[in-house]
Amino acid sequence: MSSIAGSKSGLTWAVHLSVLALVLLWLFPTVGLFISSFRTADQISTSGWWNALFPAEQGLVLRTGTAADQVQDGNLFVVSGNLFADNDENTDATISTWGTSSRDISAYEPGETADLGDDGRLTVGANGDYRLESDAELTSRRGERVFVTAKTPPEFTLQNYERILFSGSTTDSMAKAFFNTLTVTIPATVIPIVIAAFAAYALAWMRFPGRALLIAAVVALLVVPLQLALIPLLRLHLGIGIGKGYLGVWLAHTGFGLPLAVYLLRNYMVGLPRDIIENAKVDGATDFQIFTKIILPLSFPALASFAIFQFLWTWNDLLVAKVFLIDATGETTVMTNQIVELLGTRGGNWEILATAAFVSIAVPLVVFFAMQRYLVRGLLAGSVK
Amino acid sequence: MHPALQGLITIIVGVGGCIGYFYLSNQILDRFIFPPTGDNAGRNINRANMVRPWLFLFPAIFALGLYLAYPVVETLRLSFTDRDAGGAFVGFDNYSQMMSEPKFWEAMRNNMLWLIVVPAASTAFGLLAAQLTDRIGWGNIAKSLVFMPMAISFVGASVIFKLIYDTRAADQEQIGVLNAVWLSFEGGPLSFLFLRIVPALLVLAFGAFMAYGVYLSLRPLIWGENRRGRGSWWAIPLRAVVALGGAWLLWLSVKSIFSLLTVSLPYGQPQTWLTIPFWNNFFLMVVLIWIQTGFAMVILSAALRGIPEETVEAAVIDGANPFDIFFKIKVPQIMGTIVVVWTTITLVVLKVFDIVFAMTNGQWETQVLANYMFDKLFRASDWGVGSASAIVIMLLVSPILIWNVYNARKEMR
Repeated sequence: MSSIAGSKSGLTWAVHLSVLALVLLWLFPTVGLFISSFRTADQISTSGWWNALFPAEQGLVLRTGTAADQVQDGNLFVVSGNLFADNDENTDATISTWGTSSRDISAYEPGETADLGDDGRLTVGANGDYRLESDAELTSRRGERVFVTAKTPPEFTLQNYERILFSGSTTDSMAKAFFNTLTVTIPATVIPIVIAAFAAYALAWMRFPGRALLIAAVVALLVVPLQLALIPLLRLHLGIGIGKGYLGVWLAHTGFGLPLAVYLLRNYMVGLPRDIIENAKVDGATDFQIFTKIILPLSFPALASFAIFQFLWTWNDLLVAKVFLIDATGETTVMTNQIVELLGTRGGNWEILATAAFVSIAVPLVVFFAMQRYLVRGLLAGSVK
Repeated sequence: MHPALQGLITIIVGVGGCIGYFYLSNQILDRFIFPPTGDNAGRNINRANMVRPWLFLFPAIFALGLYLAYPVVETLRLSFTDRDAGGAFVGFDNYSQMMSEPKFWEAMRNNMLWLIVVPAASTAFGLLAAQLTDRIGWGNIAKSLVFMPMAISFVGASVIFKLIYDTRAADQEQIGVLNAVWLSFEGGPLSFLFLRIVPALLVLAFGAFMAYGVYLSLRPLIWGENRRGRGSWWAIPLRAVVALGGAWLLWLSVKSIFSLLTVSLPYGQPQTWLTIPFWNNFFLMVVLIWIQTGFAMVILSAALRGIPEETVEAAVIDGANPFDIFFKIKVPQIMGTIVVVWTTITLVVLKVFDIVFAMTNGQWETQVLANYMFDKLFRASDWGVGSASAIVIMLLVSPILIWNVYNARKEMR
């Protein structure tokens, strides 16, 4: 018996560990982006983000104060200060070794004194405090070079977010694109729900010839690729004067979202109890009243699922916006498009890219975690059939 | 006018217009056209009830027709015309021009790779994650974390993975994870184990799986057995096609095992992953697999929970081990759901555009059909060939379309 129990718990451990590995693997990419968005350009380009959580060993070339800073102390001429503070480096760093020549950058321990010959004697402490003393007056106009190997604690900054959100920079600012995306998303989510809800009610609870055919058509349209719609609709929009703009993109998203909306809502409404609806009919309610007073409130979960789908889809969309919305002036750019452009112009500037990308995925992530229940329910209703 | 204000007005006009339309049209129908009073009250009520569904349906039918049904027909028509010649009918010229372009065949080949790899990998990972997370206490948290990439846009995911694939010169510190891992291999025995033996075994397993699939699809043809009694005329060509596809993949895997074991790997040199022909496709696919696994997991996990307990208990009593229970009891019972997940991801793959557009834009032999079409449309301004390639995508989708409609109709009976 004990061997069976043992193998069982061993298996359980294996399950726990593999799930943990899977979750970490799946989180790893996003975490990388998230951490990178809080690092400065220098930090990103000198070390991988996975090092950002630990103190980093860094080699720096710093300079002491110049002859202008010297003070006379008895018969000694002294320059003192803090290497990190004087050179605008992170003052929380700790020096592990240092040197005065590029050929031997770890010649001295902190606290030791280096003899620089005519230039005097230099003592550097672990926290970067130094004291350069000389018997003769110092004349060098440039400070002494000190090569230090320092451990810097993790350091994060919000300056990337400031730049992306509030700087107003024409190339990097996402603020305009953020509001444009919102402007696209909200009407494109609300309008299809209203249209689809009425249609779904008719398909679920009204009897009329051709109903089965219509449902089959909706199922068929569910999988028609968006790509087919691009040219004819762009021609249509240009032809009837809508052109490229918000109205066009709202209409397009409404059309493309409708099949799923009708399908999801109909499947849900069919499952509502028949008694309620028949009772209402017996009591003399019209279809319109049944729909607004009974069906709509009861269908809230399905409405919420579709709303989340449509919101995520329109927020994350690039293709429809590129075709129907963004014109040559670029005034109406959305975040996804802005990021693609940044990938072109700022390919190496990961602090900008990471922050911009994170700004654009933050809202969907919040929606996702807040409304996950409805999203899952919608997925199940839409697929398991 | 500020766009946000414009948006607000659109919401009010759109929603108010819809509700107003439904309310007023119903009112008009009931009050004026077929009032349920007077001599013909009964007949009028019946007539009104015949018209009413179409009032409810009209906006949806109009929008669906204009935005989805009409474009299918119109794209088909455009694919036979030439824009430069003033929209003249040119027959199959666009198609033959498209077929003569190497970029198109590259896109086709890549799309086939995507179609095989992404649904298979996403479903497999999803099934694994569903099965594992169902058995532990913090499974729901784990699930929601694996599911999370669903909310991330393809463009956002592309940026995330571009950071992973980033390359720096050899003397600099690597900031891309993949290169950092790659540089930690130096050609010793461990490198041999992880970069040659393990991948070779994986490919071998894949090849064996394919060989089994070929065997399964050919068995009825060779032995002439037809036990299911559904000897439809299309079964034989379908089986032949599946077997051919399987054989091709088998051949590919045998070839790759050889090259895996013999190729000399450039240890110590940082790689620009997205420019390595052929393999860069897989680096792009990883992005989509990462996103779609959560979807597969959620659906399959619900299906796994729907399996009757008794079947599993009976297997346990009969002494089945966990693997047998999973592969022989559970998987067959959720086969229908696996097919649904597979086809849904296939649809996503066929339309994949953003990832390729943002990461490579089809350079270095990573073109796919959707991006090829976008290229033709908006860069080459060639609407004929663009439409033709859209029709190719539609043709690839249509088997799934027919299958879905067939199933939906079966269910309604």
